[in-house]
Amino acid sequence: MKELQDYEKDLISIRAIMERSVKFLSLSGLSGVLSGVYALIGSAIVYSILYYPYFPIDFHFHYADERTVVDQLLIVAASVLILSLSTGYFLSMRKAKKLNTTIWNTASKQLFIDLMIPLASGGLLIVILLVQGYYGIVAPASLVFYGLALQQGSRSTYTEVKYLGLTEIALGLTCAALPGYGLIFWAIGFGVMHIVYGSVMYFRHER
Amino acid sequence: MKNPFENLDKVLEHSARLQIMSVLMANDSFDFNALKELMGITDGNLATHMKALEREKYISVIKSFKDRKPNTTYKATDRGRQVFKKHLEGLEQLIKQQKK
Repeated sequence: MKELQDYEKDLISIRAIMERSVKFLSLSGLSGVLSGVYALIGSAIVYSILYYPYFPIDFHFHYADERTVVDQLLIVAASVLILSLSTGYFLSMRKAKKLNTTIWNTASKQLFIDLMIPLASGGLLIVILLVQGYYGIVAPASLVFYGLALQQGSRSTYTEVKYLGLTEIALGLTCAALPGYGLIFWAIGFGVMHIVYGSVMYFRHER
Repeated sequence: MKNPFENLDKVLEHSARLQIMSVLMANDSFDFNALKELMGITDGNLATHMKALEREKYISVIKSFKDRKPNTTYKATDRGRQVFKKHLEGLEQLIKQQKK
């Protein structure tokens, strides 16, 4: 016959193992903070290309329409994306090692699928509309689809990700209602919010 | 008061088996290697537990090939789910009674 403490231990251990089996807990909050920093630097570069010396809050339609400018913007965006993804991968791998698990498991596969469906559809939609000249779609659509992806993916990882997702959706919709302020909303959504939620995750789960 | 021990299941008394069942409750299906990694136990050890659970018909086994290597996937059966739930209820009752 088992002792009562053993039964209590059983209950605690199955809670932990259930959580570990469905949630990807190696996701690094610190990498969220760094992605936010990259996005803010990227936004500053875009600002200097597009608006300087105007103040970005001033309402004016200043669209990126010259070929060279669009190319420069794409290079900045791609660099931010690649830097963020590689930092996320590297730091999550480090955290996985610390937690004594691997980065590619059942939970992370589920997370990947959940993220990729909204991200790929949103990405394709943005590219299609960009080709047709709807430059204004980029900021609101990227925020909304990124938010949907996070909200969907959050069931396989920390709950903070869900709230980050909902925040991104709200920002994206507000951004769509206020044309001309895309860059500012983009900087808040991908820069500031990543730093805020990334720090919360870091302080809650990584220290 | 009902005796909480009636709800407890002999096979699930073993912590490792209870943990395996809990993973299969939380996921539609889970494969052998992923389970091994999650639990941090050896091949032989895990295989013995899986055999025991299979014999009781708490889990069903699906054998297939992945990249030409045999891949075994497990699912909790309805019977397994019921027994697991009852066992958990039993554990909770037991702890509640003792704490009074």
